[in-house]
Amino acid sequence: MKLLAMDTSTLVMGVAVFDLETKRVLGEVITNLHNNHSVRLMPTIEQLLTELDLSLDDLHALAVTSGPGSYTGIRIGVTTAKTMAWARELPLYSESSLTVLAMNGIRFDGLVVPLFDARRRRVYSGVFAAKDGEMTEVLPQQVVPVESWLEQIKALEKPVLFLGDDVERFRQTIEEYLGERASFGIGPENLPRPSHLAWAAYQKWSNHEPPEHADFAPNYLQLTEAEANWLKKHGKEEGENG
Amino acid sequence: MNMQRETLILGIETSCDETSAAVVRGGTELLSNVISSQMDVHRKFGGVVPEVASRRHVERITIIVQKALEEAGVGRNELDAVAVTQGPGLVGALLIGVSAAKALAFSLGKPLVPVHHIAGHIYANHLIKPLSFPLVALVVSGGHTELIYMKGHNQFERLGKTRDDAAGEAFDKVARLMKLPYPGGPQIDRLALEGKPSYPLPRAWLESDSLDFSFSGLKSAVLNLVHNANQRKEEIHYADLAASFQDAVLDVLVEKAMLAVKKTGVNQLLLAGGVSANSGLRVRLSKRCKEEKIDLRIPPLELCTDNAAMIAAAGTYQFLDGHYADLTLNADANLPLIG
Repeated sequence: MKLLAMDTSTLVMGVAVFDLETKRVLGEVITNLHNNHSVRLMPTIEQLLTELDLSLDDLHALAVTSGPGSYTGIRIGVTTAKTMAWARELPLYSESSLTVLAMNGIRFDGLVVPLFDARRRRVYSGVFAAKDGEMTEVLPQQVVPVESWLEQIKALEKPVLFLGDDVERFRQTIEEYLGERASFGIGPENLPRPSHLAWAAYQKWSNHEPPEHADFAPNYLQLTEAEANWLKKHGKEEGENG
Repeated sequence: MNMQRETLILGIETSCDETSAAVVRGGTELLSNVISSQMDVHRKFGGVVPEVASRRHVERITIIVQKALEEAGVGRNELDAVAVTQGPGLVGALLIGVSAAKALAFSLGKPLVPVHHIAGHIYANHLIKPLSFPLVALVVSGGHTELIYMKGHNQFERLGKTRDDAAGEAFDKVARLMKLPYPGGPQIDRLALEGKPSYPLPRAWLESDSLDFSFSGLKSAVLNLVHNANQRKEEIHYADLAASFQDAVLDVLVEKAMLAVKKTGVNQLLLAGGVSANSGLRVRLSKRCKEEKIDLRIPPLELCTDNAAMIAAAGTYQFLDGHYADLTLNADANLPLIG
């Protein structure tokens, strides 16, 4: 009984296979390239399964990140995962890409803040803290201007671990706001791990949480620019969930 | 065994703003053709917004595929192959179909067949009555205006294409200028029926024997006409303008198609692409082909716009030719038909 996890929400592409019975990670592939996830995802899945001497019949469940991150990247993962889930009649579990990255800080005594650059001095981020071996949200995931975000984090008055390759771009600002309270992930801690996604999915599976349906869609955390502009012009009556 | 008659192909099409999946048997028999149109979603923006389209595709794709198999009464394991539009089109939108098709082909252990969107439009006619080769196809849509010569299945030769705007694009731009609601093409067609082609507008014939098209000059002429009338505070008769514009486009489309048929000596002319829904074009082309004794094929309206049945039909012959893709297949926004 194996679970296949895939993440293409950011530049990082990750694929992992997890054993639901022994609770062991059997294999994991991570690349951190500005390269086409569309081309590489399926061959990577095929190759990892082959190397582990597994067939599709060995799979019992699937997992995918639901975003936020690169719109196109998220959709490649979600489309691939839910199509496979439907074709193989497997339950699909999803987890936020920010939560998966935050799991790298599960042993950190304080707040964990994963972030992805959302451009125009904004970030996709959330504030997490480890509790009973799980990451729980202290401040909800959102797309937010980095200065106002740091203002909110500062008010929590705790040590903060920032995670993600994009953190470097905001490091100076973060230090200005938080000084010595801020610490920063090292290279390996800055990559979301598909095995963490698998672990999160395993917990949902073992808790008998309902899997995603065929109409499952990514959580982009924000409207498209066209929709946002339209709403600005026409009021909020036709608003949709970000 | 007649392999072709038994072949069951699932087609997937997401190149623009329709999410579609279909099952076709033997290349000609349409078992299902499920289309989820996003027209209502894009209308308020006055055109297709690529990011909005991609978001809708990813939401709908699995449900649409599921429905296509259910309506066809075909089990997923009975399929012989999965065919998908690889391009051309909006890259983000194409990627949803391509990702789904790859995941399906891998999950079911079936061949993956990449299909060119225009090949699909041509094969829409095949679902009504088998194509008879050699033939010429006039492909007219929002993104394409081309004359294609086909000697046999999967053999495409381009005779001519637009050097600037596609005909459908010119329709949409002129409709916007006339403040007609989106999508503009059908609106102009409707309005043209109420007017007379009384405004003089240019026809770009290009070189005397050229099978290429050009519509940007015509578009500019309409723009200038409206602009000048506004400056002189003259009233424009929009129905007449629509009729004049449509006439100018159709004159060129029809006569170039007739020239292509003559030059190649074929007996069959196919009309394909979204603009083949245009009533003026259908009437005009039918009349000319009758005069010239040319066997004209026009797809029914429901197969004129983007749909996956045409992709499955075209994909059938690529499947039979062993033209498969591996799992590295990528969407290609500018995929050439002849390459």
